[in-house]
Amino acid sequence: MRQRTFLGYRRENGRVGVRNHVVILPVDDISNAACEAVAHNVKGTLALPHAYGRLQFGEDLELFFRTLIGTGANPNVAACVVIGIEPEWTQKVVEGIARTGKPVAGFSIERNGDFKTIEAASRTAMRFLQDASERRREECDVRELYVSAKCGESDTTTGLASCPAVGEVFDHLDALGATMSFGETSELTGAEQICASRAATPEVAEQFLGMFRAYNEFIVSQGVDLLGSQPTQGNIRGGLTTIEEKALGNLQKIGRKCRFVGCLQPAEAPRGPGLWFMDTSSAAAEAVTLWAASGAVVHLFPTGQGNIVGNPIEPVIKVSGNPVTVRTMSEHIDVDVSGLLQREYTLEEAGDRVWDMMIRVAGGRLTCAEALGHREFVLTKLYRSA
Amino acid sequence: MIDFIVHGKQDTVGVLVRDAVKDQRLTGWNMETDGTLEAIARADIPLGQKIALRPIGEGEQVIKYNVPIGKATREILPGDHVHTHNLRSARW
Repeated sequence: MRQRTFLGYRRENGRVGVRNHVVILPVDDISNAACEAVAHNVKGTLALPHAYGRLQFGEDLELFFRTLIGTGANPNVAACVVIGIEPEWTQKVVEGIARTGKPVAGFSIERNGDFKTIEAASRTAMRFLQDASERRREECDVRELYVSAKCGESDTTTGLASCPAVGEVFDHLDALGATMSFGETSELTGAEQICASRAATPEVAEQFLGMFRAYNEFIVSQGVDLLGSQPTQGNIRGGLTTIEEKALGNLQKIGRKCRFVGCLQPAEAPRGPGLWFMDTSSAAAEAVTLWAASGAVVHLFPTGQGNIVGNPIEPVIKVSGNPVTVRTMSEHIDVDVSGLLQREYTLEEAGDRVWDMMIRVAGGRLTCAEALGHREFVLTKLYRSA
Repeated sequence: MIDFIVHGKQDTVGVLVRDAVKDQRLTGWNMETDGTLEAIARADIPLGQKIALRPIGEGEQVIKYNVPIGKATREILPGDHVHTHNLRSARW
């Protein structure tokens, strides 16, 4: 019997989170130092340093703002302090996050300097943190969850065990009316027609294939192919020989029944319940950062050879079916489904194991990646800055 | 004890779920048909890597999950280790 409720944080806009972070968010690379100083002053707040935010333009700039605003708006974030060099872009991020109704305040460094900014921001961060510490978890339904999934350091056991086990969970979440997302556009090469056949309507299938073609045209436009990087050397060591083989294993994690109802731009929030395709890179930290920015609150991460990625605001649950990995990298693996390879239990029972861990993590249990301090916050950059 | 697993009934390769040594007689399980099958390894094959289940000619498609995963770059015999030395993507 799979548990259908958990204790979560209900936010001002009705969305449900599973963590209660107070985030100190830099608008740009040169504001990282001030954010880290605030997080040092106010224990329990979380600075999210990153590498960008200056002289970006066009679609790349839009993605940048969508990612920053989405991160602050994520229901796992109780409150947010935003620090930028200039007031205008700082205010734009603050206003975007404020639409959720959560506490948010912005500080800009020009005409103040780091010292004054850090002091003022620290006072606000301290108030936000103390207020957030009084927020209580309440009973929530599993259908209120938004769960993302991608795999990493895949091998042949991923397609045999960990991805189908996550697929079991996705089929069940879909039946209950939850929200889910998958992506990894170019990594679906060889399985793109099978993926398209899982779209809810012909229009959605065509939209997916359009995104797939555009991604591959971009790669070809660089005058290269992905031989040598897809599959990765780790994938090859784990027995995956070709991109087609990797893609077919990857796709097992969307289950056997559920169909995707729409396609999302990177970091775009789903427009309703059900399974959504998001146009993402397959690089783990970049992709999980995009899903966290789209509002996902729990990530299911099948791994074969042992990817160790985490995210600062969205807990990442590692699921592995490789008996060598669960033995040699046990501190990174939340759910062991390697018994599937010897038929010690059924796929449904493996799904039960993933489901149980998802509910426990939603209720507050720290993932391996959280306990180990894996906070990879990596913005996707579409092209070079001006 | 299962030595290798086959995803689909049309597959021409299986995946080792235990390390195999040359000349070892192996027991496999087909996930789709729930049937068991046997093979003899013609090389040492580590866990996670593939074994050929039937002859595959040079240039012929290799099938896993009931669909092509690439083409054989040389002739492959039943029991052969199948990996980057004899299989390559048809996409790049």
